[in-house]
Amino acid sequence: MNGMQKWFGRGWLSAGYLFLYLPIAALVIYSFNDSPVPNIWRGFTLHWYAQLADDHELLAGFWLSLKIAFFTACGSVVLGTLAAFALVKYKRFFGRTLFTGMVSAPLVMPEVIIGLSLLLTLVSVQRLIGVPERGMLTIWLGHMLLGMAYATVVIQARLQDLNPQLEEAAMDLGARPAQVFMLVTLPMIAQSLLSAWLLTFTLSLDDVVVSAFLSGPGATTMPQVIFSRARLGLSPSINAVATLIVLFVAVGVAFASLLIARRERQRQREMAEAYRS
Amino acid sequence: MKLATRLQALAHAATRGRSAVIGAPYLWLLTFFLLPFLVVMKISVSEMEAVHFKDLITFKDGSLQFAIQLRNYLFIAEDDLYFKTYLASLKYAGVATLLCLVIGYPFAYFMARARATLQPALLMLVMLPFWTSLLLRVYAWKGLLSEHGWAHQLITGLGLDHLLAALGIIQTPGLLLHTPFSLVLGMVYTYLPFMVLPLYANLAKMDLRLLEAAADLGATAWVAFWKVTVPLSKAGIIAGSMLVFIPCVGELVVPELLGGPQTLMIGRVMWDEMFSNNDWPMASAVAVVMVLLIIVPLALFSKYQAEAQEARR
Repeated sequence: MNGMQKWFGRGWLSAGYLFLYLPIAALVIYSFNDSPVPNIWRGFTLHWYAQLADDHELLAGFWLSLKIAFFTACGSVVLGTLAAFALVKYKRFFGRTLFTGMVSAPLVMPEVIIGLSLLLTLVSVQRLIGVPERGMLTIWLGHMLLGMAYATVVIQARLQDLNPQLEEAAMDLGARPAQVFMLVTLPMIAQSLLSAWLLTFTLSLDDVVVSAFLSGPGATTMPQVIFSRARLGLSPSINAVATLIVLFVAVGVAFASLLIARRERQRQREMAEAYRS
Repeated sequence: MKLATRLQALAHAATRGRSAVIGAPYLWLLTFFLLPFLVVMKISVSEMEAVHFKDLITFKDGSLQFAIQLRNYLFIAEDDLYFKTYLASLKYAGVATLLCLVIGYPFAYFMARARATLQPALLMLVMLPFWTSLLLRVYAWKGLLSEHGWAHQLITGLGLDHLLAALGIIQTPGLLLHTPFSLVLGMVYTYLPFMVLPLYANLAKMDLRLLEAAADLGATAWVAFWKVTVPLSKAGIIAGSMLVFIPCVGELVVPELLGGPQTLMIGRVMWDEMFSNNDWPMASAVAVVMVLLIIVPLALFSKYQAEAQEARR
C-alpha cells in the first residue's frame, strides 16, 4: 500500500471504530451525570447506581434473565456440538439439506417471526394438553433456537479446522468412539465450546423480541423492563445498568481471551515437544 | 450400582450412535422451528371464532368439509396500509444494507490489509460491541440524537440537518429523532458488524498474488481493485448483505426506539395484530407474507453459506 492509501485506511478504520464505540462511551459517561435530564451534564454522582439496588422490577428481571441465559448457554452448547458434529463428520444423511437450512436460518430470520410462530404453537399445544404455561420455560425454548444456531456456527468452524488424523490415531490405538470424543476431540474444541457458551449467554441475556412474545404475566426479563422504559424516554438508571453490563462484558471477554491465549500457547508447546521426541 | 452401569451403557450407546448425534438436534429443530412455521401457515388460513379456531377439515354429514379462509390474505392484498408498510420495510432495510456495504466494505478491506499482528485486535474490537447489549446501544442513540445529545449537536453544528431536510430525509431541521434518518442510522449501527465480519473473513483469505499478477499485466490499483478484489469477494458481499437485509425487514426494536410516526414497519404491524387486536390469523398471514418476501434472499444466503463451507475444505 502506498502512503496515501495507508492514511485513508487508517482514517476509515478510526472513524468506523469511533462510530461503534461512541454510543457506549456516552452511556458510561452519562451514567455518572447528576441531572434528572439525562443529556445535560451537571456534575458527577453515583446516585443512579445506588438507586438500582432498590429497583425491584429490574432486579427480578435481572435474576430471571440470568437463569434463562445460563440454561440457554448450556443447552445451546450441547445441541450445537451435536449439530456441528453431524454437519462436519457425517457427509450424507437423510434430509441433510433441510437440516443445514434449519440450523442456520435462525441466524437471519427476523426475530418477530421466530417469536410469533413459537408462541402460536405453544398456545395450540397448551389448549390441547394444558401445558406449558408461558413463562421461564417458554422463553428458554425461544432463546435456545437462536442460541443453538450461533453455537453451531462457532463450534462447526473449529471442528472443520481439526486434523482428523489425531482422532484416527486414537482409534488405531484402540480407543472407543466415546473415548476418542472425550479424550481427543473435546479438549481440542474446548476453546470453541467456551466461546459458544459465552456468546449464547450474552445473546440470551440481551434478547428482547423473542422474550416479549414468549413471556407470561409473572415472567419479565431485564431487557423487557429496559425496553419498556426506553420506549417512554431517556432514564439515567438505564445508563447505570448499561455501564454495569459493559464493565461485566469487558472483564469477561478479557478474562476469556487471556485464558484462551494461555491454553493455546500451552497446547502449541506440548505439540512441539511431542513432535521433537 | 446396577442403575449406574445401565446409565453408563446408555451414555455409551448415545455417544457412539450416529443416529443420536444427528437425531437429537434434528428432532429439536423439526419440533421447535419447522413445526411452528406450519402452525402459523395453518392459523393464517383459519377463522377466529371467539378464542378458538375452527378446524380446517371437519367431517360433517358424511363428507369432508374444508374451511380454508383466504380472507386475511385478500385483506393484505387490498388494504393500502399493509402494502405501504411492506414497501417501507423493504425500502428501509435496503437503504440500511446499502449503507452498511458502503461503510463496511472499506472497513473490512483495510482490516484485512492491516499488519498481521494487528488483525486479531482489530477483529476483537468489531466483535466486542456485539457482546455488549444491542438494546442498550440502540437506546444510546436515542440520547445522542435527542436535543442536547452529542450527535445532534455535531450534525446541527455543521448545518447537516438542513441538508437532510432538503433531501427530504427529515422533515424539520433540528429534529433528528423519530425520523427516517434516525431509524436508518440505528439499523446501520446495529448491523454493521454483521456486514464487516463475513467480508473480512472473505478478504483476509484472498490470494494477494492475484493483485501482483494484475499489476504485472498493467492494471492500476483501482482497476485491480474493481476487476479482481471485488469480484473475488462476491460471496462475502452477498452473505453480509443478507445478514443485514433480512433481519432489518422484520426489525422491531430499532423502529420502536428510534423510528417515528412516519416510519411504520411491518414487525410493528404484526405485533399490533397479535397483541392489540388479538387477531391471530391476521398476524399469522402478515408473518407468512413477510417470509415469502425474504425467502429469495434467504435461499441466496444458504447457497453462499454452503459454498463458503465447501471452500473451507
